[in-house]
Amino acid sequence: MEKPELQKYFDPNGPFAALRVAQMKRAWKQANRRKLTWWEETYIPSVVGGIALTSKHFFRNLTLHILHVFGLFKNTRAAVTYQYPEQPRPLALRARTRHRLTKREDGSPRCVACMMCETVCPARCIQITAAEHPDPNIEKYPAEFILDLGKCVYCGFCVEVCPEDAIRMDTGRLDIAEYSRDSMIYNKKRLMEG
Amino acid sequence: MTMTDILIKLLMASGTIFIMFNIAGLLTWVERKQSAVMQDRIGANRARIFGFKALGLFHAIADVLKMLSKEEFIPQGANKFLFNLAPYLSVVFALVGFAAIPIGDKLILGDRVIELQAANINVALLYIFAMMSMGVYGVVLAGFSSNNNYAFLGGMRGAAQMIAYEITMGAAIMGVIMVFNTVDLQALVRAQGAYMAGGWLPKWGVFVQPLAFILFLTAATAETKRTPFDLPEGESEIIGYFVEYSGMKFGMFFLADLVETVLVAALMTTLFLGGWQVPYLHPDGFYFPWGGHVALSNLAVVIWGVLAFFIKLGIFIWLLMAVRWTLPRFRYDQLMHLGWKILLPVSLANIAVTAVVLILLR
Repeated sequence: MEKPELQKYFDPNGPFAALRVAQMKRAWKQANRRKLTWWEETYIPSVVGGIALTSKHFFRNLTLHILHVFGLFKNTRAAVTYQYPEQPRPLALRARTRHRLTKREDGSPRCVACMMCETVCPARCIQITAAEHPDPNIEKYPAEFILDLGKCVYCGFCVEVCPEDAIRMDTGRLDIAEYSRDSMIYNKKRLMEG
Repeated sequence: MTMTDILIKLLMASGTIFIMFNIAGLLTWVERKQSAVMQDRIGANRARIFGFKALGLFHAIADVLKMLSKEEFIPQGANKFLFNLAPYLSVVFALVGFAAIPIGDKLILGDRVIELQAANINVALLYIFAMMSMGVYGVVLAGFSSNNNYAFLGGMRGAAQMIAYEITMGAAIMGVIMVFNTVDLQALVRAQGAYMAGGWLPKWGVFVQPLAFILFLTAATAETKRTPFDLPEGESEIIGYFVEYSGMKFGMFFLADLVETVLVAALMTTLFLGGWQVPYLHPDGFYFPWGGHVALSNLAVVIWGVLAFFIKLGIFIWLLMAVRWTLPRFRYDQLMHLGWKILLPVSLANIAVTAVVLILLR
């Protein structure tokens, strides 16, 4: 095959070139499978190899578990398990978790009841009741701020849209489980508790 | 037979059952923990009594409590008698096999000689094989009496598999019987106390019959219906013969599985790893091939022997567990192909070669 024609089908500088190469290599491997030798056909080498691999893990982890009891090699983990409720998994810094309302220095909510979050919310889970703030510089404050976590889709639009940095999704709480739908509804007080 | 003899026999029998039953119960924990450790996990560790977790050992108790408190459901149209009988058959036939397993050398107390074997049967091997074959009745009856076509098919699958691999199992041990010239397990273990290669290598079954060992290991794994041969059960994927069972009756099938694992491990220890034989340990102490001698009393020798038996048992149980958590399941045609077309001819060839070699060596 001449080079220009090959270029018609495959452009080494085109998009996803590396992926295409990998795909072609895999296809070649599948089409040209090596015939197993007699010794391999007995499956003894693969069975023994498999047991050797799992046993390697077994004895390594067992030794580490025993050493951990004596307080040695604490930095080498013997298991990848997180003991979940007691030992939460590390979260990414940008992970969106349960909301909280941030506070001013005097402890009142930073929210100015501009209704931006309520408007942008695709799940319509926010309901703000606005009231006049005594401070003429602030104009409004939320008399009540209701957020229904049963409806929330955790898209984070409310955080993005907030002009006052008044709502954040950085509590790290993901395990929100309740016995009723009503207790999934968070009011201003619960949201400010953090 | 005096009263004391009967008492000793009763003690031996109940002791054997007690130990083996407990090992089987412990295997639920071993299975969980070993699979967890080899998969870089921790395993069940939440069950606790008064704040003690005991490495998750209480999960076995929790399991039994759960099984006992569950509803025992009998499907409409099932044969009630056979349905209730099947799990008991499974467990009983798995348990009675232990009677003929020798767990130690003869213990001399005063002028009384006690063989550490619950029943000194001179055809012990045949007896154990007969009992293991009876285990298939539990499978067939469970599938047959459930009035469920899936259970029925599962039972048939199980029966076909167990019969196929039993033949290989029987053929594999023929080599061992020919070499040691006995079917009495205690005598067979004694015969394995001999030495070859200038007194360095103990004459254990695994050294004189390595091929039979591999064949027996494979066939025995299939016989106990454990992965990679767990097609009769396939608890969640392929419906097995105990699909209609619930509560403790399901638990008994589960237990029978584990008891059979222990039985097979004990049988392999006895046949291929010299049973209670400790290398270089003779009835009056250690005689090392490099010329050392440590004299030991009869009691010490017996304790060494029993200890050796249980260590070897543990090694085999570990191996069976490792196999179970490593290898994927066979497809049914692969299973039958392996059983009838590969293992059976190889085991028959093993018998022929062994026979020729034995005649040439005579």
